[in-house]
Amino acid sequence: MNDLNRIKPAETAATVNQTAKKSDNIIEVKGITKVFDGVTVLDDLSLGIKRGQFVTLLGPSGCGKTTLLRLIAGFETPTEGEIYIEGVPITSIPPFKRPVNTVFQKYALFPHLNVFKNVAFGLKLKKIPDENSKKGYRKFTKAEIAEKVNKALKLVGLEDYGHRDVNSLSGGQQQRVAIARAIVCEPKVLLLDEPLGALDLKMRKEMQIELKKMHEDLGITFIFVTHDQEEALTMSDMVVVINDGVIQQVARPKKIYDEPSNAFVADFIGESNILSGVMEKDYTINFFGRSLPCVDKGFEKNEKVDIVIRPEDIIICDGAGHGHFDGRVVSTVFKGTYYEMEVLTDEYEFTVQSQKEFSEGAIVSLEILPDSIHIMKKMLTINKYLGKVTGENCVEFAGGEFTVATDGYEAGDEVIVYVPFNAVELTDDEEDGVIGANVTQSLYRGSYYQVQVYTDDDIDFFIDTADEWDMDDRVGINIDGTKVTIERYDPEKEAQGEE
Amino acid sequence: MKSRLKAKVFKPTAFSFPYLAVTLVFVIFPLILVLFYAFRGEDGSFTVDNFALVFTEVENLRQLGATIGIAALSTAICLIIAYPVAYVLASSPFNKMVILSLLFIIPMWINFMLRIFALQSLLSMLGMQKSYEAAVIGMVYDFFPYMLLPIYTVLVNMDKSYVEASRDLGANSVVTFLKVTLPLSVPGVISGISMMFMPIFSSYAITKMMGDANTTVIGAKIANLFENQNYGNYGYGSALSFVLLVIVIVVMLTGNFLSNRTMKAPKGGKVNE
Repeated sequence: MNDLNRIKPAETAATVNQTAKKSDNIIEVKGITKVFDGVTVLDDLSLGIKRGQFVTLLGPSGCGKTTLLRLIAGFETPTEGEIYIEGVPITSIPPFKRPVNTVFQKYALFPHLNVFKNVAFGLKLKKIPDENSKKGYRKFTKAEIAEKVNKALKLVGLEDYGHRDVNSLSGGQQQRVAIARAIVCEPKVLLLDEPLGALDLKMRKEMQIELKKMHEDLGITFIFVTHDQEEALTMSDMVVVINDGVIQQVARPKKIYDEPSNAFVADFIGESNILSGVMEKDYTINFFGRSLPCVDKGFEKNEKVDIVIRPEDIIICDGAGHGHFDGRVVSTVFKGTYYEMEVLTDEYEFTVQSQKEFSEGAIVSLEILPDSIHIMKKMLTINKYLGKVTGENCVEFAGGEFTVATDGYEAGDEVIVYVPFNAVELTDDEEDGVIGANVTQSLYRGSYYQVQVYTDDDIDFFIDTADEWDMDDRVGINIDGTKVTIERYDPEKEAQGEE
Repeated sequence: MKSRLKAKVFKPTAFSFPYLAVTLVFVIFPLILVLFYAFRGEDGSFTVDNFALVFTEVENLRQLGATIGIAALSTAICLIIAYPVAYVLASSPFNKMVILSLLFIIPMWINFMLRIFALQSLLSMLGMQKSYEAAVIGMVYDFFPYMLLPIYTVLVNMDKSYVEASRDLGANSVVTFLKVTLPLSVPGVISGISMMFMPIFSSYAITKMMGDANTTVIGAKIANLFENQNYGNYGYGSALSFVLLVIVIVVMLTGNFLSNRTMKAPKGGKVNE
């Protein structure tokens, strides 16, 4: 820490006071943006991590979670923003001076050193404050190092392995050495980059429990990166769900599962039925033409919302007419402790989990209790772009020119273009559309698919469509101009609206 | 059907037969000839006199020492120059620039005699006559790519996470280089050394063309023994060649052994038990 304080004394002191008052966060990530070769990996991301917690960064591969970890470790420098550890800004501090240690994905044990020397590597370099020494610090003695290394090896259950060659160890043992090597340095924060990814399932389960126990014993903050949602829910005090470089939700595991903040989180965490509905009034939701009681309130009257219903929350029983929906079982799969069934109703194919088996073709009824219905705000309800009127009934936006009524506007006027989700049409052949795009996401919403695409200029479009589109498909975009509305662009009004 | 197929498909080892044939004719057979001459006296009878002469003539030891000297000096100079170049070429901003690496390899595509002739005239243009120093320059120049490539290959293929782990554990760039990068690149250094030291040890063309009378190597003496018909002594030359060959093999095996000891490639997650 002495090193840290020496670098920017004035600034440091000020920030320490500030954060001490504000929170007990050990790590504070503020407005971090990271751009690699023109691709934005993290977008203005802010996050506080509480002291002593087991925090998991969870997301699909390429979402930016590992980049965030590497920024904290110091292997990358942010394009914008600052990271504070205990109130000290660290982005200009090299990794070897940061009070964090990393357990690498592929362990990165030094192959030319044995287990003992691997673990001792950090200790041999460590400077400890010592008033008696002229330099103000001293190094650990051999005896001290041996004691600490053996203690760390004992903690990971590899007491007698010190003399062993690291290459002669199994994957699980190498993993333990990597953990010992990191914790022996007594970091304030331990960073773990998908450390269990290379282990087989049984080993992984064991290490999960051991890591959790180690976290309790050591009492330091763990930041754990994984793409495995089950691992994240099992181990963490707090889960940070990241997608496309943006935090989707930060919450305790139970809350992430029970109350996902949006359709992405609901889809990513566990199995779920994601539907579209309308909030009729407080405590009443309407979907598929039925009004059902629910436990949510505080939405606007008739606001369009997303609905998540977990498959294990749906009550399924024999015969028609006993619940809210009648349907026919189209498939049944035994999953070890329960059966997973697809039930086709007039409106939707529900995924249902139950202890009881219903055979294919059986007529069943489904009942959904109020507290099983989780309601989320729609992320976006309309596509909005900045455009320009180029002629009569001609507007240019999102990299293409479209026919839109332009009464009252003149060529050259800057306008805001509102494109409803159902005004966009996708075409199989890129040539058939006005602009080309790639599909990034396709979510089934009950009666339709909500598809997200981005154009070559990196502009997003949300589309409601009856067809499913595959990820990474190349498509063309057409727009039904009669459904599009435009509005005069007023920079000042726009700026206010953002606030 | 099955048996007919089987009859047509010959074993993969058959592909090595042409090479084996070439080796037999141009390597094994000459070696046998060398041994034959080495143990053959002037009158055609079996003798070990030639070997006795190799080990008793003081001149041989002196020349052997001089050869080791010039080979070691050239190799050391080459290593000192090549390592930093390999390090820079392998580091991230440059490792994608194939053209840079190619620049160092292109000389290998030109016949080495031509290169030596070119270097010779270049040096004399600069006013440097045939000398010991000129011979060393010639060797360094000639073998540079052979030293550079193995080191570069090891460095460019080295897992970046070792360096990151070292920095993560508190080592600055210098300590990381000395404690991680350098030890892990030893196999490349050893193979670079053996690819340079061995050929120089038995070469004589470069010293003959670039060096002066003081630049003696054992290879030159062997060449003399065979070339000079009056003085010509096939038996003695063969025995000397054979001893040289044994020395080279011993040194190479030692190098391989050392290299293997450090080369145990790490494989994450591999179960070895």
